[in-house]
Amino acid sequence: MEKSKNTIHLIDVKTGQHLKIVSTPHGILKAQFVRLGIHEGEKVKCYEHLPGGTIVLQKNRQHIAVGHKLAKQILVEVLDGKGR
Amino acid sequence: MNGNKSENINHFEKHKHSELSFLERDLTKRKIVLVGNPNVGKSLIFNELSGMNVEVSNYPGTTVEIIKGRYNNYEVYDTPGVYGVSSFNDEERVARDEILEADIIFNVIDGTHLERDLFLTQQLIDMGKKIVVFLNFMDDVRKHVIEIDIEKLSQFMGVEVIPIIAVKKVGIEKLADAITKAREGAQRDDMHKYLHSMLKMVGTQAEALLILEGDEYIAKRHGVPPGTTRDEIYIGRRNRVNYIVNQVMRDTSVKIRFSEFFSRWAIRPITGIPILIIALYLAYLFVGKFVAQDVVNLTEKQIGKEIWEPWIRDVVSTIVPVTSWLNTILVGEFGVITMTTTYLLFLLLPLVVSFYIALSLMEDSGYLPRLATMVDYTLSKIGLNGRAVIPLILGFGCITSATITTRLLSSEREKTIATALLQFVIPCSAQMAVIAALMAGAGFGAMVIYVVTIFTVLIAIGTILNKFLRGESAPLLLDLPPMRVPRITNIARKTTLRTFHFMKEAAGWFFVGALAIGIAQITGFLEFAQHALRPLTTHWLQLPPDTATAFIMGVVRRDFGAAGLYQLQLAPMQITVALITITLFVPCIASLMVMMKERGIKEGVIIWIGTWIVAFLIGGLVSQIVI
Repeated sequence: MEKSKNTIHLIDVKTGQHLKIVSTPHGILKAQFVRLGIHEGEKVKCYEHLPGGTIVLQKNRQHIAVGHKLAKQILVEVLDGKGR
Repeated sequence: MNGNKSENINHFEKHKHSELSFLERDLTKRKIVLVGNPNVGKSLIFNELSGMNVEVSNYPGTTVEIIKGRYNNYEVYDTPGVYGVSSFNDEERVARDEILEADIIFNVIDGTHLERDLFLTQQLIDMGKKIVVFLNFMDDVRKHVIEIDIEKLSQFMGVEVIPIIAVKKVGIEKLADAITKAREGAQRDDMHKYLHSMLKMVGTQAEALLILEGDEYIAKRHGVPPGTTRDEIYIGRRNRVNYIVNQVMRDTSVKIRFSEFFSRWAIRPITGIPILIIALYLAYLFVGKFVAQDVVNLTEKQIGKEIWEPWIRDVVSTIVPVTSWLNTILVGEFGVITMTTTYLLFLLLPLVVSFYIALSLMEDSGYLPRLATMVDYTLSKIGLNGRAVIPLILGFGCITSATITTRLLSSEREKTIATALLQFVIPCSAQMAVIAALMAGAGFGAMVIYVVTIFTVLIAIGTILNKFLRGESAPLLLDLPPMRVPRITNIARKTTLRTFHFMKEAAGWFFVGALAIGIAQITGFLEFAQHALRPLTTHWLQLPPDTATAFIMGVVRRDFGAAGLYQLQLAPMQITVALITITLFVPCIASLMVMMKERGIKEGVIIWIGTWIVAFLIGGLVSQIVI
């Protein structure tokens, strides 16, 4: 896992930011993330950061809601405006 | 890639990693199974294939419906929408077993969500199943200016890919032809390495793969330890799918559509809360006002009480003397023929139909997952995640079936909290309709007191349970399906199926309830109970003694109890107290049974007794304050 200075927890991202997934929790959750196309190295966008920390990720046309507790366990790297 | 493909095929020939060589099948009854992610249009294709000839049953031990039809010599099965084949929840377990037994799989995918949907497709191919892929929503694909090279996709996957627009029946004529085109796809090279050793122990490629992916259920069936290579296999599959999508699809759209705006509004609290209020208000106008008052007034009062009951009473009285006890039981005040039919057909049926229409609209439009997202943080305060909004909303339909759907929650803790909330505070549709009708006569103030009280109890129970139950609640992870205009045919189908199930289940209990009350009336037990409960009803709750009858009826069924209140003459504040008490009062016998089955006898009984205490305590407190 390459950590850069831009690596933060998913819960700390802002609406509209482009992100690269650095790590997700293990076990069944990981399997579910991989199925939905959210895994290490994948580029996504924070579609919405709701009050309380529920995050909606966007990947192409797909939207995935991530609860605030889970968002604390996911590491992401913030990319610049157009995805790097 | 082409080189790899032919190598794959050769490898297949040598190894025969396919089911049919291991299992003998009755070729006269081959199975076609429809498989796909949620909301991809499987049901429409299923309907096209099987027409009206459909059987619905619950998969043993689940609320998951299995829908079975026939097409020529084939049995056709619809499965619940899943993102992959495994055993993470009930839906997946049901889909998994259907898939394992399938001879041919019709895999329906959403053309606007290729990346997500092809994961399942590739998994089915890795399982060695014979499949045909139906690429649905081609109209949306065009509207969104997405280009998909279907031929190339078909080459990569090694299976037939048929573009369709299910709702407009475009491409549907190719269904019959598709059966002959089903074949095993292009398996990933690395799969063989994984499958090799497991296949010797298990026998079928599909099951071998699931075991390697750590499926404990299948592993147990074969007496082998579950594999530990799930992450590797999944990531390999995901990478391959991403590669294929990159090769075959170009998304050039820039325009944002209205449905996407609406989707965002539904998620953000600042717009989402007004949307929720409007949605609930529209549901109230339709269910609570139009149906519960106008329609029920016609069916229950005009048809039930004025035409049906006097007529049947006359008919029965010509055979059974009016003064006899049998007459009272059959067509008396609580007669099994009179009251049951009126309540069931003329009161409940219209209410339940309207409720299920409203619910199906919310489901099919894609609104519910967005609501779940919006309320996720709030629900986490009472130990639930956003997903729990589904059983809670279903509870407004029927507590019994909602209690079973608490299974979709991931931890025991959440199941207990959701079940308790359902059984304590959520009124079911039939009960709520009667509540709405009574409330209309009691005025705005009564409604405010009622809503505030019930809401406070809900928060209190949730907070207390969240504080004292051990463990932690599971976090939300939810794929939001696109918002789409619901299809009338689908709404009609769902409503019919659900109503039928509900009425089938309710009818028996209503007969039993009416019979029990009838017997209690004849034997004098009813009067005795009314008398015994008097300190509670007349002093503490300050309601007429007859109310006791409604509570006794409520033990059998909640809506039955609320309907009992309908007959009484009550002042506005008395209505408020009576409704608060009956709402918080014990769940019906059917849901008590289900609760004990789902949550264990001990937890069930504790919750049941708890509802008695809370109902009379809160009802009495409100009464002492407002009356």
